[in-house]
Amino acid sequence: MEQKIRVLVAKPGLDGHDRGAKVLARAFMDAGMEVIYTGIRRTPEQIAEVAVQEDVDVVALSCLSGAHNTLFPRVVDLLRQKGANDMLVMGGGVIPEEDVPFLKEHGISEVFGPGTPLATIVEYIKTHVTREA
Amino acid sequence: MDVTQGVLAGDTRAIARAITWVENGDSRGAELIRCVYGSTGRAYIVGLTGSPGAGKSTLVARLAGLLAAKGHKVGILAVDPSSPFSGGAILGDRVRMFDVALARNVYIRSMGTRGATGGLNRTTRLAVRILDAAGFDWILVETVGAGQSEVDVHDVAYTTVVVMAPGMGDDIQAMKAGIMEIGDLFVINKADREGADRAATQIESILQLSMATGWHPPVLKVSAEQNTGVDRVIEAIEQHRSYLVQSGQLDVLKVRMAKLDVLEILKARLVDMTKTQLDRPAVQAELNKVVNRQSDPYTLADSIFEQSWRKT
Repeated sequence: MEQKIRVLVAKPGLDGHDRGAKVLARAFMDAGMEVIYTGIRRTPEQIAEVAVQEDVDVVALSCLSGAHNTLFPRVVDLLRQKGANDMLVMGGGVIPEEDVPFLKEHGISEVFGPGTPLATIVEYIKTHVTREA
Repeated sequence: MDVTQGVLAGDTRAIARAITWVENGDSRGAELIRCVYGSTGRAYIVGLTGSPGAGKSTLVARLAGLLAAKGHKVGILAVDPSSPFSGGAILGDRVRMFDVALARNVYIRSMGTRGATGGLNRTTRLAVRILDAAGFDWILVETVGAGQSEVDVHDVAYTTVVVMAPGMGDDIQAMKAGIMEIGDLFVINKADREGADRAATQIESILQLSMATGWHPPVLKVSAEQNTGVDRVIEAIEQHRSYLVQSGQLDVLKVRMAKLDVLEILKARLVDMTKTQLDRPAVQAELNKVVNRQSDPYTLADSIFEQSWRKT
């Protein structure tokens, strides 16, 4: 049996800056994960539906527009409505530190700001994916 | 969540989980296939292949959009290459399918090749069965960007569409064996670009050299991006389907596919079994003999094969 970690790298909202998301996608691939990328300017509804269709273990949200407090919890809510409670939802982008507790209260398991080493994020995923086999 | 019942009821989350199981070689996947196989055989399976950048994903999205608009349920399996080094993959076909991705009645699943070299993933055919059991009327299987010999899709689909773009080689390329032989229809995509007419003429003239009788593959000019000619592709697929039904070929294909379903499972088991044998500490000494040229790979393979059989 060969299990692969599947990650959805998603860009919710109206910002078009996906350099960071692409760098992450590449790092996840190099770490042996299967990465599905949504492309830019997706709605939380689209992201949640894709996450379910693709049966991913991780949803990595990237947002540089400042709307993370609205968009990230919305993705988590929609996933729960669809019965996908076992996915790890992480956030990244330009996110002020004071917003992090709020996001964590709303189901975002961890937030990674600019400058986080890629290895830290990869390691976090590998140790936190808890999906029953 | 009972995944088997969910699949039969067409539940997205159950379908997605079931495909993960068969993809991972999880024993629950095998159990599920046992339970739902009786409900398969109803979907019509179309394969789409062609070189990287020919526009397969865009065309698949357009076809799915049209079929869904007619009230059909459409499942898409889109395969992209896995890294031979890390085993990871970037599965990017979806980016070009976003317009249709959330349409009612459309399900899209991205798959990495996971080491397979025929243009698909080894379990793609089993994923097709799951979608079939889930009640999809049409299943569209998109291969990796295919060169000349990635022809596995022909073993999965009833109708194979070869997608090409203008300016990708002369008529000698088109005469070669492999991908040119598996097309039941040919799509010259990006037909709004220069060279489309010439490409179509070249393909047609090569196809005329074929000795095959019965079905003559049409060559269609399409622009998937501008959404022109896509309805003609569906018409041609429907015509090919009627041809297969009327000529009795579809039944022949179904026998062939059942055989291949079994073969694929057998192959996976044999590979697992022999790999386990090969990794045994006791075999390492024998392997070193091969390295030092005191033995040869055939001799070792023979002895491993015999031991594997004896064990089972």
